[in-house]
Amino acid sequence: MEKRDHIETREEYRTKENEVQEWSAYQKLSDNVLFTSLDKILNLGRANSLWYLLFGTACCAIELMQTGGPRADLDRFGSVFRPTPRQCDLIIIAGTVTLKMASRIKILYDQMPEPKYVISMGSCANCGGLFDLGYSVLRGIDKVIPVDVYVPGCPPRPEALTEGLLVLQQKVKNEKFLVKEKKSI
Amino acid sequence: MYELEKNNDNTMTLNMGPHHPSTHGVLRFILEMDGEIILSVKPDVGYLHRSIEKIGERVTYPAFMPYTDRVDYVAAANCNVGYALAVEKLMGIETPERAQYLRVIVSELNRIISHLLMTGVLAMDLGAYTPFLHAVREREKINDIFEILCGARLTYNLATIGGMPFDIKETTIRKCLEILEGLKKFLKEFDDLVTNNAIFISRLANIGVIDKETAKAFMLSGPNLRAAGAHWDLRKNETYFLYDRFKFDIAVGSGKAGTLGDSYDRFSVRMKEIETSISILEQAFKSLPSGEVQAKLPKTLKPPKGEVYVRTESARGELGYYIISDGTAKASRIKIRTGSFAAISILDKIGRGLMLSDLVAFMASLDLIAPEIDR
Ligand code: SF4
Repeated sequence: MEKRDHIETREEYRTKENEVQEWSAYQKLSDNVLFTSLDKILNLGRANSLWYLLFGTACCAIELMQTGGPRADLDRFGSVFRPTPRQCDLIIIAGTVTLKMASRIKILYDQMPEPKYVISMGSCANCGGLFDLGYSVLRGIDKVIPVDVYVPGCPPRPEALTEGLLVLQQKVKNEKFLVKEKKSI
Repeated sequence: MYELEKNNDNTMTLNMGPHHPSTHGVLRFILEMDGEIILSVKPDVGYLHRSIEKIGERVTYPAFMPYTDRVDYVAAANCNVGYALAVEKLMGIETPERAQYLRVIVSELNRIISHLLMTGVLAMDLGAYTPFLHAVREREKINDIFEILCGARLTYNLATIGGMPFDIKETTIRKCLEILEGLKKFLKEFDDLVTNNAIFISRLANIGVIDKETAKAFMLSGPNLRAAGAHWDLRKNETYFLYDRFKFDIAVGSGKAGTLGDSYDRFSVRMKEIETSISILEQAFKSLPSGEVQAKLPKTLKPPKGEVYVRTESARGELGYYIISDGTAKASRIKIRTGSFAAISILDKIGRGLMLSDLVAFMASLDLIAPEIDR
């Protein structure tokens, strides 16, 4: 999102009045000091309550379960699992994605409400990993849905996944939520 | 896709999976329902078909070892040592005694954490989340042991053909024994919390009864078969490694909560097997011989022409490797036979007439796991 200059906006406002009238309220007020702070507060809340979908495809799912378990404990970062995509902000693709499964994952992703984020966990989801030799495996989930954070490993340790979540939280905090453009898919 | 016959106008087709919290991975079932009652169950498999068997034809024998982890990632060590045993039998290699003991140790440790996960997940499927957390807490401790031994927590890759790539130290053994002591205490706690819980028993007793004949007819193996009352354990009946040196009893179903072979029996057989594994481990640590852990082998492994079938007792039943060798460094065919694949075939026969929520309990008690079915 490119940063707009305050004065330039006002000039535009005077010269292209008709166009400006079509702008949404968000866009008109985007450079307002009040909204920048509101953005920060909202982002703080969003970053610390990234609910993820209870979904795993292969071995990495066991590590995902153990990350949610008592030792690594994702709950302390505000991340809890939800069984349905309609309540989730985050989907963690944990494990091998086969060609048969890929379209189903796309459906799951589409069912999640915006704004949504994706963590790709493990070499299989990143690039096909060990099963690059096989004939039935999708080589990287980023061919189907956009990925925000890649976590390498086979399987990544719970600490690695936690780190991935923290990186995603950083990303969420730096977003301008109120003036966010629609993610292109 | 499947063509479903409509029995009458009131039936409904329900899709369960591939994303469903209680299908343990990516399985899909097409259910024909009359209200809450299930009329038929059609499993749709293949969502996790990773072409492991085909890859086996494209890599050398030792390079296939990491793939065996992924056949059953909850009991990866059992798959590793099973494959190593098969190739050794094909080539006629003698494994050193200490390596065989180590294999027994890792198999039993892995059996424990596999059953722990199963019992935790079973309780979670029935709606109780706390037992799962307890089970995972104990599981982490044994994961630590594996990390000391081979550096990985889940996919170990811990056998080589002809032996083991690591040796076990005195300190590790001491740590292991400490953890096993803790585990015994945990099992008592778990009994109070879950095993003797009235709600838990009534959700499982008399649900999904598999009698001995049906179990044999559907080729069930492992804990599912033993729960039906059959005294069949490959560790005893077809001894491999050095299992004949250890004293242990085969855990069989008793039908103490309801009928012989119901879901509760399958659960309690696994709980008993954890105890059996602990006793085997204690014996193994006591009598661990000294010596080499790796046999001397040529640089490239080229087994002679021929075929071999070796089966071992994994956590989910019989795990068989059928290998055809054409005399080169790569196998000409590797077929893997797993317990879960046999178990999924029985779902339709037993699942008919159950309620939907009971099907979840029944499925969890069979301990299905997707990669073993699809491979
Ligand atoms: S990255 Fe490794 S552990 Fe994860 S799903 Fe793939 S093979 Fe399994």
